[in-house]
Amino acid sequence: MSSYALSHLDALESEAVHVFREVAGEFERPVILFSGGKDSILMLHLALKAFAPATVPFSLLHVDTGHNFPEVLAYRDRVVAEHGLRLEVASVQEFIDTGRLRERPDGTRNPLQTPPLLDAIERHRFDAVFGGGRRDEEKARAKERVFSLRDEFGGWDPRRQRPELWQLYNGRHAPGEHVRVFPLSNFTELDVWQYIAREKIELPSIYYAHEREVFHRAGMWLAPGDWGGPREGERTERRLVRYRTVGDMSCTGAVDSDALTIEAVIAEIAASRLTERGATRADDKLSEAAMEDRKREGYF
Amino acid sequence: MTTTTLLRFATAGSVDDGKSTLVGRLLHDSKSVLADQLEAVAHASRNRGQEAPDLALLTDGLRAEREQGITIDVAYRYFATPRRRFILADTPGHVQYTRNMVTGASTAQLAIVLVDARNGVVEQTRRHAAVAALLRVPHLVLAVNKMDLAGYTENTFAAIADEFTAYAASLGVPQVTAIPISALAGDNVVTPSSHMDWYGGPTVLEHLETVPVVTDPTAEDARFPVQYVIRPQTPAHPDYRGYAGQIASGVLTVGDEVTVLPSGRTSTISAIDALGTGVDTAFAPQSVTLRLADDLDVSRGDLIAPTATAPVPTQDVQATVCHVADKPLRVGDRVLLKHTTRTVKAIVKDIPSRLTLDDLSHHPHPGELTANDIGRITLRTAEPLALDSYHHSRRTGAFLLIDPTDGTTLTAGMAGDAQAAFSVAAAVADDEGWDF
Repeated sequence: MSSYALSHLDALESEAVHVFREVAGEFERPVILFSGGKDSILMLHLALKAFAPATVPFSLLHVDTGHNFPEVLAYRDRVVAEHGLRLEVASVQEFIDTGRLRERPDGTRNPLQTPPLLDAIERHRFDAVFGGGRRDEEKARAKERVFSLRDEFGGWDPRRQRPELWQLYNGRHAPGEHVRVFPLSNFTELDVWQYIAREKIELPSIYYAHEREVFHRAGMWLAPGDWGGPREGERTERRLVRYRTVGDMSCTGAVDSDALTIEAVIAEIAASRLTERGATRADDKLSEAAMEDRKREGYF
Repeated sequence: MTTTTLLRFATAGSVDDGKSTLVGRLLHDSKSVLADQLEAVAHASRNRGQEAPDLALLTDGLRAEREQGITIDVAYRYFATPRRRFILADTPGHVQYTRNMVTGASTAQLAIVLVDARNGVVEQTRRHAAVAALLRVPHLVLAVNKMDLAGYTENTFAAIADEFTAYAASLGVPQVTAIPISALAGDNVVTPSSHMDWYGGPTVLEHLETVPVVTDPTAEDARFPVQYVIRPQTPAHPDYRGYAGQIASGVLTVGDEVTVLPSGRTSTISAIDALGTGVDTAFAPQSVTLRLADDLDVSRGDLIAPTATAPVPTQDVQATVCHVADKPLRVGDRVLLKHTTRTVKAIVKDIPSRLTLDDLSHHPHPGELTANDIGRITLRTAEPLALDSYHHSRRTGAFLLIDPTDGTTLTAGMAGDAQAAFSVAAAVADDEGWDF
């Protein structure tokens, strides 16, 4: 009997692979949102396993805020070349330069990603868009389906969601609509790290402890950069830090950490008293319903 | 790394039965709530003029819910103990949301039905138990909540447990685990209560940690719906042709003689690739890629099954269904039927009865099913389907009906004749019980 028990990581892996294969079987033009963050790296790893020994039958889309960690961009370009993938980039900077978006007073670009994302989806006629969102991340995400229908404006209406029964995913949509697909829905942050450790997946170096110039703002350690930090009166110092999430540099904070290895990272997360978004994402601190509001607008 | 298993469970309760508090208590007392989440709950509680943090707020999600003080959709929660990881489908109890409980129960291995000790078994309780039975959730738990407001008395608990267990038995549920709790005070949720010495059973969490989740796949007929055909056509793999899918039930072994349905052609399994590792044997619910000894025409939507136990494809489907769309389902409707990886056209030939879950009474020939109705239907499909009875397989016995015009999910279907559901107020519990 016990030889027929799947570990929780094997169960989550099988479930995610099933989702990738369903999308490959039922959609014309799927794309994986790839930021170079750990969740998107995990998605790509699962997609590679799902279709081996053939290549992944999807392209990648990076919504580029222009405020990137250089280590992450280098990682992105390396994996794209290594696996012979096609990468599309939707650029927030380009939208700002052409007057289609305006910089926010606080310099944060995360909320600005939605228009370039929707534009890329429309331009490339992507009908299924894989996102690395996990339901343990945030309250509004907890109500998200694995297959989440978006209207022609990319909007998410929690009251219009289709009931998701058994493992029967209904991806039918009208022309102009698309479906966001979340293969990592049932992974938790700890599952992600345990799976990365088990599969020996390489990550950008900023996920591990390193010395970095940082300054303090809104309870977080931010890294200086072209995006506009630090402001006057904000003093930088050198600290041993790592990143728990990787996003736009202007609103992604580092945490104090001496975790140099993946085992040390897992131990640190297991002992942490803060969620990854609570600890390191300024954009989620905006209001109690910040994520719900952004999702309704078409955010990831 | 230690191996932990996964348990998926669902909770259901009527409005004000304290379900959100129970869920909040499970998350909180299992230390799955982190400091920033607790701080947010404390802050929100203060804003509402409450002194103590209201644990129910942990599971409130959307602004619409906070404003109206209701739960409008299934929410998924995650927590873990050293023994197990848990995925909880938190389903609202309001009457028009039966479909949400059906959704939550469809993937659950265990369901917790909550009642208020002061009110006992009410109409909603019976509906929830019936949905769990209909969806064949393997384990049913009755949590009698608010025992603190009922004086922690054994008689109150025993009377409710007896009534519920008898009702569950009439649904064909062989066993119910009843637990007296106070979610608010924390009695018997994670830690044993000091107020109910007369109760010798497990706490809710102890039960969740120890209930068996592994069924024996060797006792099931193997089923492999083909999701996708992998053909690299590269210099390294010029002739590779693999059939990718997730084993829906049972065990597959290299050398097994198999039939591909609906074509009926036969071959043998020549290799099993388990996500990068070649294996001799694989079992449900593993995602694998099969290769066959013969070059057959196999594509998405086909079912591979051992020849000895392969199902007989049919175009006439009888089923018990739960209608989940606002638009009614009527006799003569043309729909799409999605079964495993296959979607075919179908016509609703008849709706012989609608079932009232409160008393399990039948209403013959209702003409239509509306949202949240449970009923019997018969369908004729355009192409043969390799369907099992839901009684035998929750995975290959389940299907959806979809509106071909706008893609709406209309109906959740469970294939099989009426006796396989609990329909005829099954006074005699089925011998096979829930053994699957």
